Amino acid sequence: MRGGGGLCPLPPRLDASVVNEPQLIEPVLTAVDVSKRFGGVTALDRVSLGLLPGEVHALVGENGAGKSTLIKVLTGVYAPDDGDIRYRGESVTMRSPRAAWDMGISTTFQEITLVPLMSVARNLYLGNEPRTRWRLLAVNEMNRKATALLRRYGIDIDVRRPVVSFGAGVQQMIAIVRAVSTNARAVILDEPTASLEPREVGQVFGMIKRLRTAGVALLFVSHNLDEVFEISDRITILRDGRCARTSLIADTTKLEVIATMLGRDIAEVRSTGRTSFTRGQEVLDGVVLDAVGLSRRHQLHDVSLSVRAGEVLGLAGLLGSGRSETVKAIFGTQRIDDGSVRVGGKRVRTGSPRSSLAAGTALLPEDRKAEGIVPTMSVRDNIVLMALPQVSRWGFISPGRVDRLVTAFIARLGIKTSGAGQNITQLSGGNQQKALLARLLCIEPRVLLLDEPTRGIDIGAKAEVQALIQQLADQGRGIVLISSELEDVVEGSTRVVVLNRGTVVGELDRDAIDEHKIMELMAAAPSIDAQAIDERADS
Amino acid sequence: MTTGEAAARWRSGISLRTHGVYAALGIVIAFNLLFTPNFATVTNVRLQLVQVTPIVVVALGMAVVVATAGIDLSVGATMALAAATLAATIDRGPAIAIAIALLVGVLAGLFNGVLVGVVRIQPIVATLGLFIAGRGFALMIADGRLTEIFDPTIRSIGTKRLVGGFQAGVFVALSLTVIIGVLVRYTVFGKRVVAIGGSPDAARTAGLPVRPSLILVYALSGGLAAVAGVLATARSGAADPSFVGLLIELSAITAVVVGGTPLAGGEIRVMGTVAGALLMQLIFATLIRHDLSDADARMVQALIIVAAVYIQRGRLR
Repeated sequence: MRGGGGLCPLPPRLDASVVNEPQLIEPVLTAVDVSKRFGGVTALDRVSLGLLPGEVHALVGENGAGKSTLIKVLTGVYAPDDGDIRYRGESVTMRSPRAAWDMGISTTFQEITLVPLMSVARNLYLGNEPRTRWRLLAVNEMNRKATALLRRYGIDIDVRRPVVSFGAGVQQMIAIVRAVSTNARAVILDEPTASLEPREVGQVFGMIKRLRTAGVALLFVSHNLDEVFEISDRITILRDGRCARTSLIADTTKLEVIATMLGRDIAEVRSTGRTSFTRGQEVLDGVVLDAVGLSRRHQLHDVSLSVRAGEVLGLAGLLGSGRSETVKAIFGTQRIDDGSVRVGGKRVRTGSPRSSLAAGTALLPEDRKAEGIVPTMSVRDNIVLMALPQVSRWGFISPGRVDRLVTAFIARLGIKTSGAGQNITQLSGGNQQKALLARLLCIEPRVLLLDEPTRGIDIGAKAEVQALIQQLADQGRGIVLISSELEDVVEGSTRVVVLNRGTVVGELDRDAIDEHKIMELMAAAPSIDAQAIDERADS
Repeated sequence: MTTGEAAARWRSGISLRTHGVYAALGIVIAFNLLFTPNFATVTNVRLQLVQVTPIVVVALGMAVVVATAGIDLSVGATMALAAATLAATIDRGPAIAIAIALLVGVLAGLFNGVLVGVVRIQPIVATLGLFIAGRGFALMIADGRLTEIFDPTIRSIGTKRLVGGFQAGVFVALSLTVIIGVLVRYTVFGKRVVAIGGSPDAARTAGLPVRPSLILVYALSGGLAAVAGVLATARSGAADPSFVGLLIELSAITAVVVGGTPLAGGEIRVMGTVAGALLMQLIFATLIRHDLSDADARMVQALIIVAAVYIQRGRLR
């Protein structure tokens, strides 16, 4: 999958009928075979992307696909290691985001970066205020110009009011107007709708359409495929730092996009044996985990699931579908507005990790670095962290018991370390993950919530972790497994629940589990209930 | 080599950051042995140790607070509170008076701990409250005056020479060092405190009792500050709420940082803290003995603090 050609054609080779004028049009902003490495990790591998004037170009990809790195290269935050950035046909070197902005490339972010207590007008002209003869702020002139500017984009508000007094949708629109107010020709919209409510998304889309008509090149970064298909003209899909495909939106389908994001060929027949899962024995006993009606505004809508002993329940869904939010809600590291959790039939206090652990539920968090390891501690201290009460008496730790426990787990999980006293950050990702699994297993949990247990670890370690998960299920534990690798979910699960925009959109049992069906469910728009629930909550 | 690996290598084993304080201490002692007359005398060693005692005691508590990525600015004020309380309750007998003084320190620390752990105010702001108000309370208790203490037991704590001719305070500091060392190394509480400082999110996900631990940490710091307040009062024979422990929070933070405990939390160096306190004390004494002005000596101290923080910068992202 080389950039620049093949699956990722660069304009103007593209059929330009997509844009308003039917000739070949020169792209405004182009990345040509751009590569970026961080240490040994290649974040971008010869990625090419061209933004045409008057188009909305969607950029999608799962976690780690390279979206944010590409944006940062395009806006002068990072310099590319290889390849070329071209602006209006000329090769450019941008030293900073400010330089890019001055050139005509501006960015808006998911988290709105306005000064909340300043007036709308002052925000629009921040650092660029009109002055009077005496170098004072020309407030009246500024307000007049701001009003006119916003009206041009169909926003009619009192520009003297502070930004906070408006809703998130209007704020995002103000941020976008600010981004284009300096005559920007290319605007990068980084998840502009992620924190908006449905009707605010409509407002922002209206604004984006006006900009498109005005001939601005827009890069629309989003993980919401429904929105991508509604607003975009073209789409570029990144996977593992490479450009997996660029095409006209009209020439593709949601299902195809999902398959490409996940590195699947739709036509490909599912082959088994790609993982170390051996879909296990019969599920043993009764329900160990029962979560009912988990709801959290804008994130989860009435999510229910149950896990039986000896079962691996796969949670499938794209980025932003609510997978991680679901397990966090069950475990208690994320508060919920509604819903209940039972473990072994007993109700657990929600929003309390301690209660969950006491009931026998443990979470392996998605973000290993931030929520998993304690980077300042040794492998030993990291492993024994949750089991400290078991290896101590009257609050005093018995070093002998700690050593026996830790040594046993290092041997059992095959953790490669120069010694239990080694700092955990010196281990490879896979061994860190095994150490974290050991930490959970020390307390003999009945239910394990595993969020991306095989992400960012090498193939050998991956196979070992997969085999371990299988073994843990066979011992009669209930397991919830989240993985961006579809084959993990397909081959590792005895049952799969598919989430889309915080709603359960389907459930597949044993023999019914297959990749194609899962991807179809991921592509399906969630039922109207979700929005209805949100709107009820709004009013 | 990636930055991660470099940072990991930096963190492991012996480095300038973790053990530089001992080398510096060695150099200062060697310099004094060679160039300072009457340095290696029993009298001088006793004097230096007695002077550094309250700083060591306060710094031990501070080190535990810093390990949680926090800071306690109120320790000086807490010393004053303990001193004033001691003077006000001395009529009930020395044991009860000391107990009450220590209790007041623990309560002050609990107050800070609740602000940090439960109300979730930033430590530097949370402890600023008592930093300002604590000394005011102390002056209120003491009627704004210096109160002399004639109780023979209290006096003897400050003046009576025990083994080797050292006063009780030195032995108190020594035992507390051992106790805190054991606490952070061999107790569940100590390990949890360090984990909370190293990664609060990981601590929460591991189900550690974050709030109670933070409250206890500040209570410990308050209690140790009270011990220092009692020792300082016993030594001077008077409770002086206006001046006892004035600016000691800065000396304590200096000792902790110079001793190799990173302000970012997640690590604690108990012996390093003691060595840091000794180092700063000796440098100051040396400079004064070699006829530098007090002002110049302070500037040298400032340089050392900046250097210590500079050496730590590898850990701060």
